[in-house]
Amino acid sequence: MWMIDLPPFVPFFIAALLALITRGRVRNLIVLATPVLGGLYLWLDVTPGIVTTIPVLEYELILMRADRLSLLFGYLFHIAAFIIAIFALHVRDTTQSVSSLLYAGSALGAVFAGDLITLFIFWELLAISSVFLIWARRTERAIRSGMRYLIIQVSSGMLLLAGAMVQYYQTGSLEFDFIGLEGISGWLIFLAFGIKCAFPLLHNWLTDAYPEATPTGAVFLSAFTTKVAVYALARGFPGTELLIYIGAVMTCFPIFYAVIENDLRRVLAYSLINQLGFMVCGIGIGTALALNGTVAHAFSHVLYKALLFMSMGAVLYRAGTIKSSDLGGLYKSMPKTALLCIIGACSISAFPLFSGFVSKSMILAAMIQEGYDYLWLVLLFASAGVFHHAGIKIPYFAFFANDSGIRTREAPVNMLIAMSIAAILCVFIGTQPQYLYALLPWEVEYWPYETTHVLSQFQLLFFAALAFVWLNKLGIYPREMPAVNLDADWLYRKLLPDTTRSVYGFLKQTGHRIEDTFDSTLKDAAKSMISTRLGRFNLAASWPTGSMAFWLAVILGLFLLADAMN
Amino acid sequence: MNEPVQKQHLFDNPRNVSLAIGSLYIVCILLFLLDFILHRHATSEWDGFTGFFALFGFIACVTIVLAAKQLRKILKHKENYYDVDD
Repeated sequence: MWMIDLPPFVPFFIAALLALITRGRVRNLIVLATPVLGGLYLWLDVTPGIVTTIPVLEYELILMRADRLSLLFGYLFHIAAFIIAIFALHVRDTTQSVSSLLYAGSALGAVFAGDLITLFIFWELLAISSVFLIWARRTERAIRSGMRYLIIQVSSGMLLLAGAMVQYYQTGSLEFDFIGLEGISGWLIFLAFGIKCAFPLLHNWLTDAYPEATPTGAVFLSAFTTKVAVYALARGFPGTELLIYIGAVMTCFPIFYAVIENDLRRVLAYSLINQLGFMVCGIGIGTALALNGTVAHAFSHVLYKALLFMSMGAVLYRAGTIKSSDLGGLYKSMPKTALLCIIGACSISAFPLFSGFVSKSMILAAMIQEGYDYLWLVLLFASAGVFHHAGIKIPYFAFFANDSGIRTREAPVNMLIAMSIAAILCVFIGTQPQYLYALLPWEVEYWPYETTHVLSQFQLLFFAALAFVWLNKLGIYPREMPAVNLDADWLYRKLLPDTTRSVYGFLKQTGHRIEDTFDSTLKDAAKSMISTRLGRFNLAASWPTGSMAFWLAVILGLFLLADAMN
Repeated sequence: MNEPVQKQHLFDNPRNVSLAIGSLYIVCILLFLLDFILHRHATSEWDGFTGFFALFGFIACVTIVLAAKQLRKILKHKENYYDVDD
């Protein structure tokens, strides 16, 4: 029965090998067929409770642990891999084809991992396979940014391994279940997950690297890494109250950055952190409704975020730039992309009838239920904010605003198809949430469409839009301009190198100064010694050795004399 | 979406822009009035009063933009800021 219990990453790894040796249509077929067949296998053959292990030395690696939580992420990753594969179908780059298959496979490996060592292996494979999607841009910036990304991601894996080893030492178990913040191992693993989940101050690898990836690579990146982290947190740390506060910070601070950011894919990267914040809050609350909300939100998030990244990828591909100061008026050349982008924008903003609405509201409802009224206000603020920067700013400055004069062609057909599928799914989930709800891991009665909820959400969003229009009309809205906005990465991109450089410079200078001081002292000493009597016998140039030689000669002479006298 | 002959696009015509903005105003007014007509039950200790969500959405966004403008004064640097010395 081995075939039936095949871990879901295996087909992707085999496909990656095949993609390495094939070209053209055959490779396209492999890239498309893998998520379809893998997804069908998961849907039809894998039921909760299936466990696949392989023995390694004295230890059993749990390669597949299927339950409702891992399965839902499994379905999601197959759908995402399929849609993005269509989007990237025009790309003739072996590096990207192979690494994206390895990357998707690693994500599947991680969510089905039943023990911490298996998780660690796929955790690191995620990092290593995905960095090539950044490097494949083949620019100096991308290579540097990818290197920073890799260092941070691999460090996250190291923390995970350290945590796993401590846990094994203390409990004798490596099983990956509830971990909690008990003891050093819990904190190490929490930090490892936190880096990948872009916790505040640990988040800059995301906003740094994703916008430097290739137009298609960024879409892949937006789907997998951070959602694996959300899954891992949901499995290891549900109900950890600290997460509610971390999540609340994550929903808010990126909004301000997103408003003043010029690179539209970086705006999306900041809004990705904002959306992760909602999920992290849900994990922190930890009730069945909240966790269902987190998982549902991860599901809809991957789809609308991919849709938004795809639309911006299409703009970058066609217009050659993604700087909002250079864009505008693209609806004239790319009306279909514009429309699809607006659907993604409506979904992320959680407009009723779109996917974000039916998933995010569960987290907010759970927050009220558990009595976090103040934090609910914070999340409401963030909900208005996400509409502002992702819902309005992205489509407005790319496709409307002032006409930049850029005239290009509509996105390629494969891109339009991929975006359309994602858009259809966004509307389908939004209008028919019962199908997604039926897949959620916990049994909870919830229905988002009731008068109060729909009305209040419309009011919130339309008045947020009104504020945008008003601020724009009055000229208060910040102008789009090319700039770098300092974030926590300033610490390691500027402060640390600059400090190292200046400390090195200081030491070097001090070294010279010490050398100079000694030099002159020695010269002075030499002068005074040369003027001594030894100078006459050429022994004063190096006084200590000279005198030593002199006295040695004297002693030897005396010794010889004494010997002769005997 | 566009008139093909002159390449006159939807929002090239200022009337269409005004129309879009005008519709937004009308929708906002209607949504605000609906608070008086429909029964919107309070979900938290804050949102009981009429017009809460409308006011909150508006104020939140104005706050975000004004705060972000101040933030820009501190955070903004030249685009090649990190490339210098590299």
